[in-house]
Amino acid sequence: MIEGRTITVDGNEAAASVAHRLSEVIAIYPITPSSPMGELADEWSAHGRPNIWGAVPEVVEMQSEGGAAGAVHGALQAGALATTFTASQGLLLMLPNMFKIAGELTPFTMHVAARTIATHALSIFGDHSDVMACRSTGFAMLSSASVQEAHDFAAIAHAATLESRVPFLHFFDGFRTSHEVSKIEMLDDDDLRALVSGDRIAEHRRRALTPDHPVIRGTAQNPDTFFQAREAANLHYHACIAIVRRTMAAFASRTGRRYDLFEYVGHPEAERVLVIMGSGAETAHETIERLSRRGERVGLVKVRLYRPFDLESFVRILPKTVRAIAVMDRTKEPGAVGEPLYLDVRAALDEARDQRCSELAVAPVVVGGRYGLSSKEFTPSMVAAVLENLTQEHPRNHFTVGIVDDVTHTSLRYDTAFDEEDDDVTTAVFYGLGSDGTVGANKNSIKIIGEETQRHVQGYFVYDSKKAGATTVSHLRTSPRPIRSAYLIPKPRFVACHQFEFLDRLDVLERAADGAVFLLNAPYPPDEVWDRLPLEVQRQIIDKHIRVYAIDASTVAKRVGMGSRINTIMQTCFFAISGVLPKAEAIAQIKHAIEKTYSKRGVEVVRRNFEAVDATVAELHEIPVPPTVTAERGRPPLVSSEAPDFVQRMTAVLMAGKGDLLPVSAFPVDGTWPLGTARWEKRNLAVEIPVWDPAVCIQCNQCALVCPHAAIRAKVYDPAALGGAPPTFKAVPYKGLEFKGRQYTIQVAPEDCTGCTLCVEVCPAKDRTNPRHKAIDMHPQAPLRQTERDNYAFFVDLPETTRLELAKIDHRTSQLLEPLFEYSGACAGCGETPYLKLLTQLFGDRALIANATGCSSIYGGNLPTTPYSTNREGLGPAWSNSLFEDNAEFGLGLRLAVDHHTHLARTLVASLRASIGDGLADRVLDADVSSEEGIHSQREHVRALMHALTHVDLPEARRLEAVAEYLVPKSVWLVGGDGWAYDIGYGGLDHVLASGRNVNILVLDTEVYSNTGGQQSKATPAGAVAKFASAGKTTPKKDLGLLANMYGHVYVARIAFGAKMPQTVQALLEAEAYPGTSLVIAYSHCIAHGYDMAQGASQQKLAVESGVWPLYRFDPRRSAKGEPPMQLDYGPPKPLAAEYMRNESRFRVVERADPDRFKAFLKTAQDAAQRRYGLYEQLAGIRVPLEETTGARGKDDAPAARERQS
Amino acid sequence: MNLTTEYLGMPLANPIVVGAGPLSDDLDTVRRLEDAGAAAIVLRSLFEEQIVREEMSEFVHLDGHGDSFGEAASFFPSPRSFALGPHQYLEHLRKVKHAVGIPVIGSLNGSRPEGWLEYARLIAEAGANALELNLYRLSADPNLDAAAIERRSLETVMAVRESITIPVAVKLSPFYTAFAHMAREFDRAYVDALVLFNRFYQPDIDVEALTATRSLHLSDASELRLRLHWIAILSGRVRASLAVTGGVHEAVDVIKATMAGAHVTQMVSALLQRGPNHIRVVLEDLARWLTEHEWESLSALRGNMSFEKVPDPDAYERANYMLMLQSWKDVSWR
Repeated sequence: MIEGRTITVDGNEAAASVAHRLSEVIAIYPITPSSPMGELADEWSAHGRPNIWGAVPEVVEMQSEGGAAGAVHGALQAGALATTFTASQGLLLMLPNMFKIAGELTPFTMHVAARTIATHALSIFGDHSDVMACRSTGFAMLSSASVQEAHDFAAIAHAATLESRVPFLHFFDGFRTSHEVSKIEMLDDDDLRALVSGDRIAEHRRRALTPDHPVIRGTAQNPDTFFQAREAANLHYHACIAIVRRTMAAFASRTGRRYDLFEYVGHPEAERVLVIMGSGAETAHETIERLSRRGERVGLVKVRLYRPFDLESFVRILPKTVRAIAVMDRTKEPGAVGEPLYLDVRAALDEARDQRCSELAVAPVVVGGRYGLSSKEFTPSMVAAVLENLTQEHPRNHFTVGIVDDVTHTSLRYDTAFDEEDDDVTTAVFYGLGSDGTVGANKNSIKIIGEETQRHVQGYFVYDSKKAGATTVSHLRTSPRPIRSAYLIPKPRFVACHQFEFLDRLDVLERAADGAVFLLNAPYPPDEVWDRLPLEVQRQIIDKHIRVYAIDASTVAKRVGMGSRINTIMQTCFFAISGVLPKAEAIAQIKHAIEKTYSKRGVEVVRRNFEAVDATVAELHEIPVPPTVTAERGRPPLVSSEAPDFVQRMTAVLMAGKGDLLPVSAFPVDGTWPLGTARWEKRNLAVEIPVWDPAVCIQCNQCALVCPHAAIRAKVYDPAALGGAPPTFKAVPYKGLEFKGRQYTIQVAPEDCTGCTLCVEVCPAKDRTNPRHKAIDMHPQAPLRQTERDNYAFFVDLPETTRLELAKIDHRTSQLLEPLFEYSGACAGCGETPYLKLLTQLFGDRALIANATGCSSIYGGNLPTTPYSTNREGLGPAWSNSLFEDNAEFGLGLRLAVDHHTHLARTLVASLRASIGDGLADRVLDADVSSEEGIHSQREHVRALMHALTHVDLPEARRLEAVAEYLVPKSVWLVGGDGWAYDIGYGGLDHVLASGRNVNILVLDTEVYSNTGGQQSKATPAGAVAKFASAGKTTPKKDLGLLANMYGHVYVARIAFGAKMPQTVQALLEAEAYPGTSLVIAYSHCIAHGYDMAQGASQQKLAVESGVWPLYRFDPRRSAKGEPPMQLDYGPPKPLAAEYMRNESRFRVVERADPDRFKAFLKTAQDAAQRRYGLYEQLAGIRVPLEETTGARGKDDAPAARERQS
Repeated sequence: MNLTTEYLGMPLANPIVVGAGPLSDDLDTVRRLEDAGAAAIVLRSLFEEQIVREEMSEFVHLDGHGDSFGEAASFFPSPRSFALGPHQYLEHLRKVKHAVGIPVIGSLNGSRPEGWLEYARLIAEAGANALELNLYRLSADPNLDAAAIERRSLETVMAVRESITIPVAVKLSPFYTAFAHMAREFDRAYVDALVLFNRFYQPDIDVEALTATRSLHLSDASELRLRLHWIAILSGRVRASLAVTGGVHEAVDVIKATMAGAHVTQMVSALLQRGPNHIRVVLEDLARWLTEHEWESLSALRGNMSFEKVPDPDAYERANYMLMLQSWKDVSWR
């Protein structure tokens, strides 16, 4: 046995480390939670790290998982050793190639961080629904249950596939294993060399497609041959089982770590046995051992090699005494007799009996159950409940565990009494903010403990779904034994709360063990801390005998110049109190880790972090705990009592982090949720909020337009409405002529503002006597919270201005309209959301939005609260997300349905003319709906129609009632990021562009895959650093707008609200009004650009002035008037590209690493800007002959409609 | 004509040194400057504060978003190599050294005492022939008195002087109450040269936008006067060599500076305006003038118009300034 070197890594890195070293070609596409595997592989190759044969693997990012699968398929056929990494929908996109790769008996291993497949909702978390969809591909399926296994099985899979020629899908649980940090024994290159056969590689090479020894593969076959040929590979599958076992044996003899196809744990004469695979097997292992020690006759079979399923091995490993078996599936197959593993086990037992290879004393009862969908917790108590079920004479079958199913009553009851940890296990839970660095610090801590002690370590991190102000919860365990607890820490002995505000909205001590230590970051002197605690927290501290330590970390951080980063300080406190390491040693190790982590960011960063460490210990105080509760203040309610019932019952529970408690009956059956829930979640993220000075304000409304969270708004209203206004409510006469005599207010939503300061940055109104003072300045939120909350409540109730009242809609007046997209979870200063908010102001009450997966679908539709909302009439955007790759097609489908309904409604109105009267029928059918007035009138007509229909007793009347609302035009929007529009969804997008149908496409172009962490897309400009372009992208940004222009019949605009607000509004209005396909590409600044988002608008300005981002509108309708369809909205490029690029880290880091390379990129950008301007200028001079511009098809001449008309 | 001089203990072929500025950013330009006859080149200043700001800004904006959201542990690839802090500057210094044969002088503006020392050492290790300490700092804090500022500057210079072995120049501003005293104190701190004077970036005001605008205006010959004045006063009274920077545009400026006592003259603005080849023109004019005026070498006239040797030393005194002012007024009224 060789004692391996230990490393502390997460599951993704564990698998990728092996995959990279055993591959020559790696094609990938980012998808959570597998993205880090591809990123690491790319990083290693970029740094020149070789595989075990001394060559650096070629890593290529493709346009989709389908593309990645195609690329590896090709590489394999040409004789390379290839791999890929994926999950969920990405894996499904690989399915067609997987069948091919397996059908051609190709040695290949892919690594999957198994993730939920989107059904009624998307989920980024882990279960086996994706890998279970691959059962019929012909891939061998090998399941890892832990980080160590993800490392080991990666190697076993790569070795076994070469031996067997059967391709392998190696998978482990998304997040639970992929993101769990653990100390593992590392396989070195010699271990890998010893496992992988050079002869088999040579054979793989010999099978390669080459003109030197040509063969033909991938033929088409007919009924006479296909079937037999398909059976011809059987022997390879038969052999595969033995090969995996042999490989595992070879692996064991080299590493000492022993695995088998199925492994048994537990009582040798167990009567009740659990069958399970994935990380749940670790929890089950831990529980079964504990139960066995108590003398319970229980056992566990861990499934390693799921496909090919070796019946004999499975049956043989079962204790002969087994009487009842529970098979646990982490997937759901609605309508099936049972879930896949359950069916396999039942079939295996039946077949074994038929073949008489079973030695079981009795035929066991077999039941199946579901657990852990979307990373739902699976705990020892649940394992115990499953085994308890098996003691029944008729155990419940097709059960669920971990939820309360009060509808179909599938769920097993369990209590949490079994969730105890051994005394020698250290447990710590940390509540932090995403931006305060808590998770990063804890990852560091885990590495320190892992590397500096003999203890085993585990770190697991839970994130919420918000981007701004996200809450993170870190769970850290250390133990003298390997840690198998694949579940959250049930009773931590150390709890840290890194943000004092959490105490008001999260029950951070709920799980704290009796006698636990509580570390609190409190912005108060030590003698004030106790009195500041809410009543509930004081009570828990006293009742649970908790020791309290406090530090004012934020002040320390500020003092040493670390801003809001309190991570190092809190990490030092943890080590100082927990005693995991001697204090001096811990501090030395923290500094070592700081140096390792931050030395690449510069000496000053390291120095300040060191200073933070040194300043910490003196500032940490134990807080005396009095014997009784002294607080009078309790935790405030999470949502207002005015919130609707649904929000009180559902949303508030989710917001409190107690969604696990909600029973099945509480949920909609089809994933349909109400709008407007974000308004009830008051997150109070901003330390400072804007304050309006009406005396300075010029009422331009730019602040409202740029606000990413609709947290600063403008209204005009009748002075009479001011009755009952709170005393501090501000109002002044409106300056514009259109609403003469009315009052005007700019109001901030103090508890919804994120404090990004975009509004202050764009505000052009300065106090002439003190220009530092603008019409809006930032002021501390806390003292203003109550008064501004009241003011905002009053403001919201003021009457809304309707579009009908606006003589002209422009960037200024548009902001007097109610946004129907508010308080999203987007990043503070987000560059995307102002466009969406504007879209809802302009068209929200009649919009259908198809939203591609990505940032905009997450901040747009991730529970618990969502930002799309309704107006007072209950009208608002209907929103849905289909997939990442198909959004254009999905949106087109919405359009087709709308067009159908409209046509049907018109037909029915015509046919019911006699019943409803000619006048009404004519008014409805002849309405001009091209203006706001027309739309408003049509709404009135439809109301009259609906009323008239109540008196018509005909089946057609009932049919018309169902579709009459479609007589009011609907605005269909296809929204998504550049990853969708430029890459994965481009094929569909192109098809929809070509269709000419009346849909509006809004591309929120951040020039990078923002949601998955900054991978390059084809929208990434040359010279920008992104993942997969770590030295700066060498190829230029794809000109999506120009490609669309070439169709001639597509309305195309490129916009940037920070550069030219009027053009932004105009383009959206024109796009919507255009009776064909419209494409609007919107510059969206993003945190992945690496600068302060408060400067987003000024960067947009620089982008446009330098010509890097052109502004134009291409309107095919202009041709009819003899005008060129292309209009440039920007001037000749100024020499500002350098300034623009140097302001953003994505470009600037290139300059620092390689100034000459930067210079070349800069020249490229300048030249491209000039060239583009020249080209566009010429296009703007082209008048298209009238007859060539009639490609646009509106709803009235859609093909279906025309056919019916004819 | 013998134009040689000695500066910072180094023999130079002539007194034209390219001063700290953007000219040294580009290797081709650096080569052209050498070809045109530049005797030495001072690199653009390494501003510690700028480096620190950039480091911290990246730390906040790149790392600040990491590990905050389930779908992305980071939003940037990890840095490929150590490319922050003074790395780029040092790398450039090495390249310039490699590209030219003339002495290359580093320039440093530190902000913390440790920063001065650390960066000075790095610049020395990177191969600079000498180091110019750019004591550019606006003393805008009303709580900080002159003595404290002067003491801190001296301590910084002394600490740097002790920590490195290459020659050290100090580039000063004229805004000391007792400049001559300060100059002597620096001289006593064994600096090898005094460079007079730093040019401050003076903001302008945009009256429409109500903003202060930052723009660099190039020097003109009128700025030379202040330098001549103080060089003349210091010449012969300090051990350190003297350099003029600011307002040196033509050969006659070089002659004046040398007569006042300067060992070298630094040029930036004139070269930015007219290109590297302007050095050749100045040197040719200089040689011609010396020949025409029958000077055997440039060094022969050095300091002949210094405070110690000028026939009318009162011209360098403040009292005379009043006279000059009055005479100017008289002229204008006539």
